[in-house]
Amino acid sequence: MSIVVERREPPRVSGGEMENGHLDELRVDPLALMNRVRAECGDVGVFRLADRDVVLLSGADANEFFFRAPEEILDQAEAYPFMTPVFGEGVVFDAPPERRREMLHNQALRDKFMRGHAATIADEVEHMVAAWDDEGEIDLLDWFAELTIYTSSACLIGKRFRDELDARFAHLYHDLEQGTDAIAYVDPYAPIESFRRRDEARRGLVALVEGIMERRAGGPAVPDDQRDLLDVLMSIKDEDGSDRFSADMITGMFISMMFAGHHTTSGTAAWTLIELLDHPDELAAVDDELDELYADGAEVSYQALRAMPHLESSIKEALRLHPPLILLLRVAKEDLEFAGFTIRAGQMVGASPSVSNRIPEDFPAPDSFEPGRYLVPREEDRTNPWTWIPFGAGRHRCVGAAFAMMQLKAIFSVLLLDWEFELAQPRDTYRNDHSKMVVQLQQPCAVRYRRRGTPGSRRPASSRPSPGSAG
Amino acid sequence: MLVSVDRDLCQGHGVCESEAPGVFALGKDATVTILDQHPGEELRAQVEAAVRFCPTSALRITEEE
Repeated sequence: MSIVVERREPPRVSGGEMENGHLDELRVDPLALMNRVRAECGDVGVFRLADRDVVLLSGADANEFFFRAPEEILDQAEAYPFMTPVFGEGVVFDAPPERRREMLHNQALRDKFMRGHAATIADEVEHMVAAWDDEGEIDLLDWFAELTIYTSSACLIGKRFRDELDARFAHLYHDLEQGTDAIAYVDPYAPIESFRRRDEARRGLVALVEGIMERRAGGPAVPDDQRDLLDVLMSIKDEDGSDRFSADMITGMFISMMFAGHHTTSGTAAWTLIELLDHPDELAAVDDELDELYADGAEVSYQALRAMPHLESSIKEALRLHPPLILLLRVAKEDLEFAGFTIRAGQMVGASPSVSNRIPEDFPAPDSFEPGRYLVPREEDRTNPWTWIPFGAGRHRCVGAAFAMMQLKAIFSVLLLDWEFELAQPRDTYRNDHSKMVVQLQQPCAVRYRRRGTPGSRRPASSRPSPGSAG
Repeated sequence: MLVSVDRDLCQGHGVCESEAPGVFALGKDATVTILDQHPGEELRAQVEAAVRFCPTSALRITEEE
């Protein structure tokens, strides 16, 4: 007698009868689709994306399986075809874990550079609010997207490069991010308007970088200690003495370096502000925390690296409710088994922060904004390492998570110490636009600002010395 | 106490090295090396901080009899 272990195909979610399966639903309401997979199928369920199945995993055990799998089994490189035209051919979306460790260890994200980055970020926020009147209105998407172009270029490429950018770079970059329609799973070069704008935006960015390179090539030499990454890349020559990297290649590298930290940080900053304005008690706790931390006139560059439990918890809660990446994908390189279900080579495998971050067993009152869930003793992020996954988990966990947290703390240190905000629209009109794989706030998304201590403000000016008066 | 690391999770952030320098060190391959698997009780506070602040929750303390 022999025991036959029967392996089953995972269940399929309802709908998707159209030619491209669930593609159209993914482009219109991906959250409804992915939540239905979990509701109908449980931890393992399948939807169809054009000619490929996506095995969507959720829950702690399934996510652990997903995040622990090595590259040879679940490959990330092939899973995001919509990124190739954004970065350019030959620039990869992701690096293998060994390379990621090197990046952490050697490059700009390293712990020892964080304090300098915090100072840079605070300066960039001050620079942008310097254009404000005592009161006014901003569009959250435009404002934070522009700010994070400056912060990420200054921190990752260099201050010299950042100083040569203006809002044009931010607008082109936005068009690039908007060129991530899931139709790319059928054809990344399909003749649609957002792809046409994407390609035009990429050419525009190359032209801007090329202009900067030409000015530098014709200008005076810079001292070594002021050289930025662009100077370094421009100085590398091939054996025959010609430039190793073209403007196109360098632009591709810069786009990809900035990509992971741009729309993600920009969106999280916006959602943190929206949620705090919608929860005045939480905002008051954050305001008090910042006032106390900065009461002695300390620098943002120093404080932003220290603990700010209320602000950090509010950021974490904004990340849980509004994760910037809603679907993480891999391609199965061989037949796999999980929980008695077979995953076949060639199928895509996904994990969804949006779904897992709201599992009620792990996160009581999952749809409520409750920063207190991260404080002792609840600590729901630490007790649910496989379902609290705004940064992913395991081998592919976001290497910029610590940088992102520091950046957000530095941004809100400047904004909330000197300014007050209020929502300029009904709360339920602030929504994410899920029509592209890169999720962004839907416009309009306006908030009003007012300088603290001016007539009509709720709070007196902070005791922090104003940066303008410091001389 | 016994200190262990989950190699699937370690990304080499080096926070543990800063928190408990006698117990953890970042190796050439940029992943953690445990210098002392059985640190003494006097290091408990440092080791617990390393476990707690590890960005990828890769470290664990197991109590020994």
